[in-house]
Amino acid sequence: MTNVEAKTGGEAGVQTGAASLLTINNIEVIYDHVILVLKGVSLEVPEGGIVALLGANGAGKTTTLKAISNLLHAERGEVTKGSIECMGERVDRLSPNELVRRGVIQVMEGRHCFEHLTVEENLLTGAYTRTDGRANVAASLEKVYHYFPRLKERRTSQAGYTSGGEQQMTAIGRALMANPTMILLDEPSMGLAPQLVEEIFEIVRDLNQKEGVSFLLAEQNTSIALKYSDYGYILENGRVVMDGEAASLSDNEDVKEFYLGLSSGGRRSFRDVKHYRRRKRWL
Amino acid sequence: MEFLNAVFVAPFLDIADSPVFFAEVVIGGLMSGVMYSLVALGFVLIFKASGVFNYAQGAMVLFAALTLVGLMEHGAPLWLGLLVTLGVMVALAYAIERFMLRKLVNQEGIILFMATIGLNFVLEGVGQIAFGSDVKRLDVGLPDKSFEWKGILLNTFDLSATFIGAVMVTSLALFFQYTPTGRALRAVADDHQAALSVGIPLKTIWVIVWSVAGAVALVAGIMWGAKAGVQFSLVLIALKALPVLILGGFTSVPGAIVGGLIIGVGEKVAEVYWGPVFGGAIESWFAYMLALAFLLFRPQGLFGEKIIERV
Repeated sequence: MTNVEAKTGGEAGVQTGAASLLTINNIEVIYDHVILVLKGVSLEVPEGGIVALLGANGAGKTTTLKAISNLLHAERGEVTKGSIECMGERVDRLSPNELVRRGVIQVMEGRHCFEHLTVEENLLTGAYTRTDGRANVAASLEKVYHYFPRLKERRTSQAGYTSGGEQQMTAIGRALMANPTMILLDEPSMGLAPQLVEEIFEIVRDLNQKEGVSFLLAEQNTSIALKYSDYGYILENGRVVMDGEAASLSDNEDVKEFYLGLSSGGRRSFRDVKHYRRRKRWL
Repeated sequence: MEFLNAVFVAPFLDIADSPVFFAEVVIGGLMSGVMYSLVALGFVLIFKASGVFNYAQGAMVLFAALTLVGLMEHGAPLWLGLLVTLGVMVALAYAIERFMLRKLVNQEGIILFMATIGLNFVLEGVGQIAFGSDVKRLDVGLPDKSFEWKGILLNTFDLSATFIGAVMVTSLALFFQYTPTGRALRAVADDHQAALSVGIPLKTIWVIVWSVAGAVALVAGIMWGAKAGVQFSLVLIALKALPVLILGGFTSVPGAIVGGLIIGVGEKVAEVYWGPVFGGAIESWFAYMLALAFLLFRPQGLFGEKIIERV
């Protein structure tokens, strides 16, 4: 018993050295040379963690994820200040292809399956960057089918004809096929029934615990995101305004009021609420 | 009454009267159909892999043929000419990616289409500046002899063209369906951004696709050039490929072939049997009428991917 404890303790010690898988330091993102979207965002994803990025529409969640995966470039966006480090290396100038090779892959908002390809072909496209041979890719495919049995049933249907939930599963499964160390998951709950959202988050947790995949997930659905993640950052207008352990965030009065829709004081007049909000701005 | 007779009765009586002649017309049609298919194939490749309708495909055919003829005029043997022209087409693919497509990632299809119109002008101009605009003879040494088989007149050149076409199509279809690169090409066609996000490098994919389309253009250029001479009007056969594409479907390699064959046969048969009723020269518009009918009833073509819409 003591032996085991000593061992884990030792490992934890080693991990603190390399604990941070992804470190974003004060980045600024500008679209089209003029539109300032992120105004200095810093965050950290520890190895094996699930970190939630929360905020309203237009807060900069998707932009942050795209800055990491470097899909920004295709949208005329640019990281103009700050740095992004992955496993201790600067990655802000790498192409998405190179990032996927290093194990960082994004699942885009709105699923983005290849409609005319079958579900299985969709999954296989995720293995494009793999160079470890067919047998290993086939093994990964089985693994994906193990986590998403529903995809196995639908492997030969065109992805465009599958349901929203199945498409989201296909998109996550496709990312898994790249053998990632970290998945950037953008708005997995979008357009799905609450029960399905729950199912997808369960799988995310499973993947995190059993496969050791770290997740950075952007979500508008604050309650479910905090339920499944370890740590959370709240973005407003391109800035991180609050961060903390998921549990402490869900207990925070302001988070409850603004993001979870729970207020403690019963009904209040509209004027009061407005006043309260104005007074209690994060900035 | 006489008109109806001429349209609905007389042609069929003629066909029944002389089946051998009919077979000859059909075979002639199939042969020219293969030639259309070769051009259409180039369109399909690029459309499939990038969702771009490449208006410049006809110009690429001309450019490839001009380059080959130009090299051979300077004394290069055929094999060297072919090799160098292939190299030029690959270099062209690189240039197109570097200077045109890279700037237009994630833009609407129509914007990319406009860019290919520009490319069309550039290629036409550069080709003619470099190699002149006279009609040139291209002799690639394919035998051009006619012979009779069971009473039907055949031509060895057409037969070899058919054979080459068949080989190219089969290998391309297999490539698209079963290789990881082929799958990546189809993925890019569906969704640029998603393809980027899973680590498919768009640049490489585009260079591959445009190179393959360049090679197909070269083959089409050789075939058409050897048949009709290398001249500016080669650009216009691209227009003939349009109904072929509408018929076969923009996204289907086999569709390009079947579409080409149907157009080729339809044209010839219509011209021979129904031409006189309409005062001749049906051949030049028949294909477009057929395409129009298809647009009305089956807009995705015979083999095209269904337009997926979830409700």
